[in-house]
Amino acid sequence: MLMSTHAEESTTTWQRHREARDVRLEAGARLARGKIVEARDATRLLEAVVRPGDRVCLEGDNQKQADLLSRALLAVDLAKVNDLHMVQSGVVLPEHLDLFDRGVAKKLDYAYSGPQSARIARMLFGGKIELGAVHTYLELFARYFIDLTPHVALIAAVSADREGNLFTGPNTEDTPTVVEATAFKDGVVIAQVNEIVDEVPRVDIPADRVHFIVKSDKPFFVEPLFTRDPAAITEGQILTAMLAIKGIYAPYGVRRLNHGIGFSTAAIELLLPTFGERLGLRGRIATHFALNPHPALIPAIESGWVQQIHSFGSEVGMDEYIRARSDVYFTGPDGSLRSNRAFCQTAGLYACDMFIGSTLQIDLQGNSSTVTASRIAGFGGAPNMGADARGRRHPSEPWLKAGQEADPDGSALLRRGRKLVVQIGETFGDKNVPLFVEKLDAIELAEKLNLELAPVMIYGDDVTHIVTEEGVANLLLCRDAGEREQAIRGVAGYTEVGRRRDRNAVERLRQRGVIRRPEDLGINPLDADRSMLAARSIKDLVRWSGGLYAPPSKFRNW
Amino acid sequence: MNVPLRQMAPDDRVRTTSFNEASARTRLELLLDPGSLVEFIGPEKREISPHLKIFDLPEQFDDGIVVGHGRLDGSPVFVAAQEGRFMGGAFGEVHGAKLTGLLRAARQIRSIPVLILFDTGGVRLQEANAGELAIAEIMRAVMEARAAGVKVIGLIGGRAGCYGGGGLIAGCCSALAVSEPGRIAVSGPEVIETNRGVEEFDSRDRALVWRTMGGKHRRLLGAADIFADDTMQAFRDAARDLIGLVGPFGLDKLRAEQVRLADRLRRFGACEDAVDIWRADGIARAETVPELSADQFIALANRIGRISRDAR
Amino acid sequence: MEDLSFQHRVRGRAGGRRQNAIVGVVASGNLEVLVERTLPDAECRLEIKTAAVGFGEVWTAVIGDFVERYSPGGLRFSINDGGARPDTVSLRLAQAVRLIEEDGQ
Repeated sequence: MLMSTHAEESTTTWQRHREARDVRLEAGARLARGKIVEARDATRLLEAVVRPGDRVCLEGDNQKQADLLSRALLAVDLAKVNDLHMVQSGVVLPEHLDLFDRGVAKKLDYAYSGPQSARIARMLFGGKIELGAVHTYLELFARYFIDLTPHVALIAAVSADREGNLFTGPNTEDTPTVVEATAFKDGVVIAQVNEIVDEVPRVDIPADRVHFIVKSDKPFFVEPLFTRDPAAITEGQILTAMLAIKGIYAPYGVRRLNHGIGFSTAAIELLLPTFGERLGLRGRIATHFALNPHPALIPAIESGWVQQIHSFGSEVGMDEYIRARSDVYFTGPDGSLRSNRAFCQTAGLYACDMFIGSTLQIDLQGNSSTVTASRIAGFGGAPNMGADARGRRHPSEPWLKAGQEADPDGSALLRRGRKLVVQIGETFGDKNVPLFVEKLDAIELAEKLNLELAPVMIYGDDVTHIVTEEGVANLLLCRDAGEREQAIRGVAGYTEVGRRRDRNAVERLRQRGVIRRPEDLGINPLDADRSMLAARSIKDLVRWSGGLYAPPSKFRNW
Repeated sequence: MNVPLRQMAPDDRVRTTSFNEASARTRLELLLDPGSLVEFIGPEKREISPHLKIFDLPEQFDDGIVVGHGRLDGSPVFVAAQEGRFMGGAFGEVHGAKLTGLLRAARQIRSIPVLILFDTGGVRLQEANAGELAIAEIMRAVMEARAAGVKVIGLIGGRAGCYGGGGLIAGCCSALAVSEPGRIAVSGPEVIETNRGVEEFDSRDRALVWRTMGGKHRRLLGAADIFADDTMQAFRDAARDLIGLVGPFGLDKLRAEQVRLADRLRRFGACEDAVDIWRADGIARAETVPELSADQFIALANRIGRISRDAR
Repeated sequence: MEDLSFQHRVRGRAGGRRQNAIVGVVASGNLEVLVERTLPDAECRLEIKTAAVGFGEVWTAVIGDFVERYSPGGLRFSINDGGARPDTVSLRLAQAVRLIEEDGQ
């Protein structure tokens, strides 16, 4: 490194990024009073601060959306801002894809696109988006710190004070992670807030990481994604839930877990205080969760099943209930929920002994995917939650037992445990589409899009159990690929995959306990009726919560 | 606590079964004295719709309505229950004819009340004119039965609500019992929004839908006479109470009804929302009415009164 | 709509004395099963009208397993199906047999 006293000589400086950021901040400051910029100046602010080709993180979380900043970015002068590289968790709002249509953005790295799965598929096939990669949440967060660090972060917060301290409230979600990566690597952080206050209820993001604040006239967009109406739970889902509780939760003693969202897991949550209680399982299973605040868990919480829950985000309508149950949920000094997706994903990876969730397709090796020929939903958190964590070192009962089943002959001291990864669902899904297939649509998609890797959600060699209305298949006990295939066919019901089973092989697997039918677990399918559910309607959940749960309008029938 | 249905004692089943969730046949089995239901023109008779085949739609053997006879605390009653999950409980030709026939039988016999468990979106569009005719015939049959001294009582609490022609028929009944999930109206929320715009009525604002058409409001307004909790036991009690409450019917009753309705329009015609009506009625913290438990609400409704013993 | 019909010889007569029973409702994803005790003891028949066309093979498999397991001798099953899944069909058939085998009229 050369030191020079002559300012005109070109010197090697190692602070170029910081200098560049300061130039942007100066340009933006012309539109601000302190840190505050009027909503009507939001587009001009972005034109001043964002450069062509920048990596921009637009929140884009699983639930909350920085919708004002999305619209503001969409409206920029293309001569000033174009060809951006978007790095964001969720592609959720139509504006997120409009950016590509318009040419504001060119390249995309993301994790989840559920609400835009059809359109993003069309745009990817049509070459309108240059895809970096589809990630899991935790994986994308990790890259924010290595090679996908944002130049500009456009975030959503509930409120700000004039210094720029932010309150992100129950839906804190990704924000601390995004800000950490951006602010400490010479990036610019712009926040839209619902209101500007004299004092924030708690400081979720300290002011020195926030450069500009824009007050929106409407609260930022949040959708209820984790509410499942008990009235919609079917007998088939109740049966799969009973099989899971008696066939997996109980024998492995699963206390620390994550539930993927879905009706079968909602049924499990609603069966704990009834079916679970009758089996004497309270205190022995389902005590610690990495889980969003599912309303369906309220009866179990009220019945004393749950000790602690850490959450990725919040859920509309649950704020007052959470406040009143701070013994269970993580809350700040202001009393409201503090969620954190990065930490909850980490918790799901290393501190949980089981993941259980649903999917759209499972093949004969047990690989699963939610990709279909015309829809790309991305990965979200499932591959992370639903994967064996080989970096784990601390033992637990379920982990050791699963490890022993997987490798009965290995040396006990060198034999690592296994995380239970359970796929649960009915053999026929929505519109009677079969769950089990010979070849995943994801493979066809990879061929069509020339991807290096087919978008598999959970790999077969991570899956430990499959639960359908036909029974429980324990893949840990399968000794080779052939047994694995028959075990899967053996619970695939009347799908084509199931009808093509080798009946003798399946019967032998049943005798070994690799497959267990409802009768083998002492369960009569005719007993799986809705009277088993601790709550049968949203109104029941409200009653269980003592009136604290306030469901969003679309769930009301009163 | 939650034992499987078949292991539950019969009394427990009546107490805990939700009217809203139960099928038409289950509602009748639990409403009436155990084992007393005798079904007329049951599914084994296969009196199905002659129209649905044209549209390549599945039929139901009872065409979506169960009619018959049974006992309530030992006393005979005629009963009809619509299956709200079959074609939205809508009236078709056969469906309507079964109810008309039941009412005409009641008219002949004169001394046996009729309980109609409404669960309907109105006329079956596929059967159009036949459905409309059925509504008209049923309304006439209700009035003729009432004129002959028959008490015709409506019970409303299913998921389809009581809409369209069903709402019209309900308005002809001697008395109505309704639960919180129940709704009574003629035009449905989506129809109102389509025709009048979302500012007039946002059909996705379900709290608004229930404030406007739901059981609690109907009770407070006097459009229904009894509010029942959403259990079979509560509806059984309501049916029994209404049979006891309904008085004789004649021209003077109709005139009293007109006066009641005119008075209602005068008092509340300028109100924009049901909450305004409740406030005008002197209810404190009116906006909390939807959150009241069944017991709290029934106590409030009894203070308001407006049970139309002397009208309808 | 598609019409299907099946006939099976079975091990023995279904229990109970009820002459008929009905379960289910015709709606999307659901079905009604009317069962009548009108056949000779070792015979059973199933007549189906279904809104889901082209699933004959699946019905054959479902009914084959059902008949093998429950031996519903003497019973005639008439089904109106709104496109229910196979496991829902199995469940309703089992519920119908349980109902007709119940004591009572």
